[in-house]
Amino acid sequence: MINLPDSFSANRSRHIFARSQALRRSWPFVLDLGVAGLGLACFYGLMQIAKYWFGHPEPEIAISLSPHALPLYAFYSVVRIGLAYLLSLVFAVGYGYVAAYSNRLESFMIAGLDILQSIPVLSFLPGVMLAMVALFPTRQLGLEMGAIVLIFTGQVWNMAFSFYSSIKSIPRELSEASKIYRFSRWQRFIQLELPYSAIGLVWNSIVSVAGGWFFLMACEMFVLGKHDFRLPGLGSYLQTAAGDGNYKAIAWGLFTMIAIIVATDQLIWRPVIAWSDKFKFEMVETTARVRSPLLHLLEHSRALGNLRKRTIMPLSEGIYRRLAQSRKERLARLASTDSKRTSTRDQLAAWLRALALAVMVAAVVYAAWQAVELLRQVQAGQFGEILKGALATFLRVNLALVLAAAWTIPAGVAIGFNPKLARIAQPLVQIVASIPAPALFPVILLALIKMGGGLGIGSVALMMLGTQWYILFNVIAGAMAIPSDLREVATLFRFTAVQRWRTVILPGIFPYLITGMVTASGGAWNASIIAEYFSLNNHTYQTVGLGAVISAATDSGRFHILLLATIVMALMVVTINRLVWRPLYRVAETRYKLEG
Amino acid sequence: MQPVIIRADQVEKYYPQPNENRIQVISPTDLSISAGEIVALLGPSGSGKSTLLRMLTGLSAPSAGVVYWHEKPIATADVNVSIVFQSFALFPWLTVLENVEAPLKARGMEAAERRKRSLKILDTVGLDGFQAAYPKELSGGMRQRVGFARALVVEPEVLFMDEPFSALDVLTAENLRSELLELWQKKTIPTKAIFIVTHNIEEAVLLADRIIVLGRNPGHIRTDFKVTLSHPRDRKTTAFTQLVDYIYKVLTQPESKPPALPRPLGGKPARNQRQMHYQMLPHARPGGIAGLLELVLDHDGKDDIYRLADDLAFEIDDLLPIVDAAQLLGFLTVTEGDAAITPTGAEYANSEILRQKELFRAAALENVLLIRQIVRAIEAKSDRSVPEDFFQDLLDEQFSEEETILQLETAINWGRYAELFDFDVSRRRFILPEKLNETESDSSAEIGA
Repeated sequence: MINLPDSFSANRSRHIFARSQALRRSWPFVLDLGVAGLGLACFYGLMQIAKYWFGHPEPEIAISLSPHALPLYAFYSVVRIGLAYLLSLVFAVGYGYVAAYSNRLESFMIAGLDILQSIPVLSFLPGVMLAMVALFPTRQLGLEMGAIVLIFTGQVWNMAFSFYSSIKSIPRELSEASKIYRFSRWQRFIQLELPYSAIGLVWNSIVSVAGGWFFLMACEMFVLGKHDFRLPGLGSYLQTAAGDGNYKAIAWGLFTMIAIIVATDQLIWRPVIAWSDKFKFEMVETTARVRSPLLHLLEHSRALGNLRKRTIMPLSEGIYRRLAQSRKERLARLASTDSKRTSTRDQLAAWLRALALAVMVAAVVYAAWQAVELLRQVQAGQFGEILKGALATFLRVNLALVLAAAWTIPAGVAIGFNPKLARIAQPLVQIVASIPAPALFPVILLALIKMGGGLGIGSVALMMLGTQWYILFNVIAGAMAIPSDLREVATLFRFTAVQRWRTVILPGIFPYLITGMVTASGGAWNASIIAEYFSLNNHTYQTVGLGAVISAATDSGRFHILLLATIVMALMVVTINRLVWRPLYRVAETRYKLEG
Repeated sequence: MQPVIIRADQVEKYYPQPNENRIQVISPTDLSISAGEIVALLGPSGSGKSTLLRMLTGLSAPSAGVVYWHEKPIATADVNVSIVFQSFALFPWLTVLENVEAPLKARGMEAAERRKRSLKILDTVGLDGFQAAYPKELSGGMRQRVGFARALVVEPEVLFMDEPFSALDVLTAENLRSELLELWQKKTIPTKAIFIVTHNIEEAVLLADRIIVLGRNPGHIRTDFKVTLSHPRDRKTTAFTQLVDYIYKVLTQPESKPPALPRPLGGKPARNQRQMHYQMLPHARPGGIAGLLELVLDHDGKDDIYRLADDLAFEIDDLLPIVDAAQLLGFLTVTEGDAAITPTGAEYANSEILRQKELFRAAALENVLLIRQIVRAIEAKSDRSVPEDFFQDLLDEQFSEEETILQLETAINWGRYAELFDFDVSRRRFILPEKLNETESDSSAEIGA
């Protein structure tokens, strides 16, 4: 669920900061090449395992369209998203931590993050799925794992980014205090790093889980070559319903999904947001706070309190005592031993590390080379097809962005300037925005087809559905952040409407608008994979586009085309980021930054 | 003679540069802290006060030289020190009690004992009853009390303080200072020595048994002397004011830079640009300089800098850059802590804005190498624009990364005011100022601070 926090601007600014930190970093070309090589290698590895498993036919699982099956399906889907989210959280914290503290790996890891963010997740789908099916003995478990890993890949990057940039922006005196008072790594993590990054993590978690629903639709049911893979779940229910043209089932499915989303918001995110309020790094008490009765209940429950006293507290006391003890021992050892004796062991360790690195580089080079070999199978005609598709998708993505901006900017500014409107519009927009676009897509497509339109218009509509909210929320936040005295000046001097927009509103929301557009642009590219190739009413609709190429290649198991199309898409996203968004960011940061 | 607790032996701090140069922050320095003394470290900003403090605590390792803790290298010793920070550095998500308990937790102390000691120290610093509050619910003074409680709860042998009172209002600071002094003198706390970094001269004279004054470029000890005034010290006594005056004089006369003499206008000597070093541009605004000059003029063209600071209710740290800037531009001469206005300075102070700009332009071109170079570079280029990077690289050889940015910022500020050049923020390039004729207001002109 995408949520608009009450103090949106404060959190947003931190988000902007996180983004810009990576963009400002200028890494050499070699680094990008290394990351790209690693990506190719991974892809090839997945492909190899996938091929190994490809011959085995499996019976299909029938998805029941009865409403009675829905609760169980919904449960499966929620568990899948939950597990994927937990996995993302652990990975994001680990990745961010290592990236922030390792001087050697930092620039490489952040470059990797930037590139991984721009790779369309869905083109991983066949590889990951088949690899997982191969790794786990029973097919169902493998599919489950595959779905979870895929959802994970859609959720994890922004969280890792947020954690990394939070750690990087911890005020110097705070980390000095933790050092001078001899905090162990554990204590520093628990009492400084985790709390400091909590708010960023929470907001990014909310965005991530919303994204998870989007991918769930695609992961639970897909065709690969001759095989139809299905997992019982809400996503496959909706897809099957759309495929059969069963409107009643679609309505039931949508209803269930909205119910789950509203429940998640009330039962999980609200309490979490209210709880995370205490981690705000500010020294002034704010008046407006998110309240949650559930949190109140949990915090004041005596049973829970007792449980904590019995279990967690003794455990943590033990950990602290142990850590203090080991620090003392380490100091004693350091003071007594001379430095020479350890040097041979250090040397050995250095050798081993070098050896491991050499083996890894060799493996990466080999696998990357093999992937390039795979690419040689691509014929000139197919290459032309991909380029044509890329151009078509490029135009479509930008059309979607322009259309989305065209209605979200005025709407967002209106909501942001008008507290009364905001009170009514916000909850509504939040719910609408939370419905994953693929769930609404069948309905819209059916309507379009009835009116004589096709997937060409439909795909643009789906891209908008999936991405316009990022722009809207950012514009609202930007409009709220415009100081009221600036607006008063405009009123005082009787600015014309054009003048008002050009001198106050547009410059004021510019940094926010850019942030929203970058996210939306990446999302639209990703959405093209679903949007340009869709099964409905026992018929596959298709339009010219890179996403359609990727989807079709997945369906027919043509891995070389899939690989090339994925590379082209990743390249385009990265190139657009560097050539268009990064310079715009710089302008936003220097010229249009509103400072107090 | 009291035993030495911390001894720094030829410690220095520098940042190596790719081109064999290095940025020297602190030149080789000897310093020791003995039991029973309060040492105050004074110095203008940029003299490496905080860097020195961090090396003495073992927080940051010196680039060369060794710091000893009871004659053992500090890196491997079991050091028992605390720091009270300027920004308090409290964890906002922990309650007052949890904040104070955290260092004890790190030492593996039992929960009950931990609580007992924390409550006791909270009582000592006057925070009884606030243990469940969060720092953001407290006033600044109360927060720094928590900072003190956290620092004292570990019973440090040496208590370090990094401008502990500068974020507080005058009365609160005064109050906390005297309470600290009382704790120290009555030996309520087992701390053996206190080391305080400050830019407030009076504070140093009020508290310290020994005062060390640092100079800058690079940081070095200018003077190190004992203060023998008996406690409680009274600001009104002659001995006190004489001492304060003396320190002001030391601070306002960096020996390395003799006061600028008014130069004859014709026949300027040729300069060898290559050999010239960039002066450190004081980060002052043209408006501030004009304000200062007017004030000096009001005081018959000559006044004691200490009195000026007092009149303006300025900290010396805020005033010195302005004085330095006026001196650099040849508007002011400083001797023995007295500032005297020069004829150009007087004209500058008396002129209206356009004439002021003219005078400033001439003075900046004449006296400021960086500005002269920027103007020349722009004139030399056919497209009349020079990238910022170019000067950044030049300055990098002499200043730290942070200082380079500040230097350029100040140069841009002055250049814009003098209408010598403008700076295009989006392209990061120096350009010629637009010669516009009152079609739009010239927003880049800096009019006062």
